[in-house]
Amino acid sequence: MTAVPVWAQLVYLACAVGFILALKGLSGPRTARTGNLVGAAAAVIACAVPFFYVDLDHVVLILVAIAVGTVGGVVGARRVQMTQMPQMVALFNGVGGGAAALVALLELHEILEQPGGVDVVGWFVLVATAFTIFVGSVSFAGSVITFAKLQELMSSAPLVFPGLAIVFGASLVAGVGLATQLALSPAMWVGIVLALVGLLFGALLVLPVGGADVPIVISLLNAFTGLTVAAGGYVLDNVVLLVAGTLVGASGTFLTLLMAKAMGRSVSNILFGALKGGSTLG
Amino acid sequence: MNDAVVWLTIFVLSVFVGIEVIAKVSSTLHTPLMSGANAIHGIILLGAILVTGTTDNALALVIGLVAIVLAAVNMVGGFVVTDRMLQMFVRRKRPARTEPGATEGGAR
Repeated sequence: MTAVPVWAQLVYLACAVGFILALKGLSGPRTARTGNLVGAAAAVIACAVPFFYVDLDHVVLILVAIAVGTVGGVVGARRVQMTQMPQMVALFNGVGGGAAALVALLELHEILEQPGGVDVVGWFVLVATAFTIFVGSVSFAGSVITFAKLQELMSSAPLVFPGLAIVFGASLVAGVGLATQLALSPAMWVGIVLALVGLLFGALLVLPVGGADVPIVISLLNAFTGLTVAAGGYVLDNVVLLVAGTLVGASGTFLTLLMAKAMGRSVSNILFGALKGGSTLG
Repeated sequence: MNDAVVWLTIFVLSVFVGIEVIAKVSSTLHTPLMSGANAIHGIILLGAILVTGTTDNALALVIGLVAIVLAAVNMVGGFVVTDRMLQMFVRRKRPARTEPGATEGGAR
């Protein structure tokens, strides 16, 4: 990948600061809207930067894809009713996680194809790639299920079937095993299977959660996506992804705890209450 | 300093910053904050642009373009939906809505 020139690194730094200010602004009622706009400006500027220093191919296709996504995002965000906001956030979070997983799969392909093969990158990069593929898929599948629950495309009651806990545990073990496999002897099929196991794990994570608890799970999945973006930033050697992703991962995790506390519930009870036979608010 | 350690340092410091900046959030702002943070991780769009723009494999190009569309939906939709939530929030506080930053609204 092209070395990043100093001016671009400085712009990335400014954008990272913009994201910090955005989160700071969003946590106070008077500054919230300004904070959101600062975040949006930082995101747009950061995404414009690579066009000026990387010798990008397929620029027209990329711009078309951005335009399609932008129109989709704006239309979705404007049409949604106020009462449907949580599921809209879940859906946006899910597509973000899915995008991160796809980016990591593509980067895995690049790593395998490059001259010199996998020996050029350290095992730590492969671990970060595996993390992004797995957790990104978890976030995608989990968010789609939460969307379906809140949109009443499926029952919002906790859904538990016999053996769910066993399949759930097995998919986690399989995920960790495949991630280890990917770090030790990387291959494309391992990455793809890892993504599929992630989808299964994400769905099973969210199915037993009752409708009233879903917003907290959305917040948790949001933090997950943040961490996948951070790991993706390490893989791609891009500092603004690392900082933005980590900020979201950390603040999202903390926010999840705050939200659970405000509801007087513990996060583990929300996630695993139905599995233990206890109640989860439905 | 070892490269990986530099990255680890940035990561650890960002964790603390991320927690600190939102530590005092009021509970009414939980949902907009979640939504705003959600929009920020749409920055994966930048990563999607980088991998798509440097690939020469047809299948990888298609997957990359899909990733760009998804990431753009996340980023743009996220910021727009957050702004709508906050508009509602401001309106509820002050019946005659004024632009944020304009101070002529006076009494709250």
